[in-house]
Amino acid sequence: MKAAAFDYVRADNLEHALGILDEAGSEAKLIAGGQSLVPMMAMRFARPSLLVDINRLEELKKISQDEHTVRVGACVRQRDIEFNYSLCQTAPLLKKALSWVGHSQTRNRGTIGGSLVYADPSAELPLASLVLGASMHLQSDAAGLREVEAADFFLGPMFTAIAETECLVAIDLPIWHGQHIGSAFTEVSMRRGDFAMASAACQLQTNDDGSLRRISFGVGGVNSTPTVFPQIAQKMIDKPLTPEFAKEVAAEVAKECDPGSDTHASSRFRRSLAGTLLARVMLEALEDSMLNGVSK
Amino acid sequence: MNTVSVQIIVNGTLYAKEIESRMTLVDFLRDELGLTGTHAGCEHGVCGACSILLNDEPIRSCCIFAVQADGMAVTTVEGLALGRGQLSKIQDAFCEKHALQCGYCTPGMLIACHDLIKHTPHPSAEEVREAISSNICRCTGYQQIVDAVLYATDPKGATHE
Repeated sequence: MKAAAFDYVRADNLEHALGILDEAGSEAKLIAGGQSLVPMMAMRFARPSLLVDINRLEELKKISQDEHTVRVGACVRQRDIEFNYSLCQTAPLLKKALSWVGHSQTRNRGTIGGSLVYADPSAELPLASLVLGASMHLQSDAAGLREVEAADFFLGPMFTAIAETECLVAIDLPIWHGQHIGSAFTEVSMRRGDFAMASAACQLQTNDDGSLRRISFGVGGVNSTPTVFPQIAQKMIDKPLTPEFAKEVAAEVAKECDPGSDTHASSRFRRSLAGTLLARVMLEALEDSMLNGVSK
Repeated sequence: MNTVSVQIIVNGTLYAKEIESRMTLVDFLRDELGLTGTHAGCEHGVCGACSILLNDEPIRSCCIFAVQADGMAVTTVEGLALGRGQLSKIQDAFCEKHALQCGYCTPGMLIACHDLIKHTPHPSAEEVREAISSNICRCTGYQQIVDAVLYATDPKGATHE
């Protein structure tokens, strides 16, 4: 349970880090909060020969916002997002998801970017980023900066569209404007903070008559990546979200999930759980939208 | 090869060492400094026994390489009390309420509870349970740990100050 030997470089700035990655290729690995990488190295699932520490890069720790988007630097600690008042106003789903991410002790180190690039199928932040329609800013020495939508970013368990020489530098989260916006996140795990057996997230906006104006939702832990269902969501627009309707949609979603079995839960249980949790977050988000007359 | 120099302040004392870059902070504390109060349990961030304060924030010391803490300040369970031979309020409450059996999880539990009462001086039982949900006690003595924190933070219990 000890990591294999490696060389360590503390990057002075982003350019420095990207230069090293470009030279070293697959031998090198970036380390930020280390809450996924260090355990993987301890178990020797990962054994990079060079570790490039980007923890002290201030340019990756900024949070900024314009009218339509919040931009969160990839190295912003999960705990700092949790307690960022303005982010809690503009992207409340993020805070709700974070309360399920590990424990305060891991969130004090773990970064938003780290959770996204490790892309554990049951991780909360990948699911929240998909539901919110986030986009990832990836940068490399050779190819410069490119933007990848969350929907195209997660490719499989612990597998994303990021190249070996790239660094996730920032995440853009679209801001929903207007009244009656609500969101909810929930999951079930063996112990609070453990990997979820299934998770569900929803953000929605209702019209004045209570019908759905906009809705986005997804489930985690039941497919090789967290999954959103834009086609099913589209069919819900302009209809009122009754408990029966939520259950009906959740059942349709559950049918499209193909979870594996393990010692904690069978495939059948996980699928049923995903449906139950999804119906629950939809109704919770609806309730939240009623409380939030005006959400900015 | 693979060695680095670090300067880390631990419980108020500055230590300068040459170490392997792969050495985790918990191994640094135990093996380099002889501060064996911090326990290494699962060594992959699950059990919480190795919890310490890094720049006053609780973290898992098994999920950070010591070199990453270069220039930072660490507080371990040995540093929670004001002086040698003394106990912090929460440590005293652990004794009073028998909140440890084998003691393996205790340093991590103390760090978790210490941080809890720093932010929430009078927590509810539920808040205590939430705070210690990050730490595993294999003796399953959770109830006594909750009792101890409530005892230490009882607003009416000024008598055991």
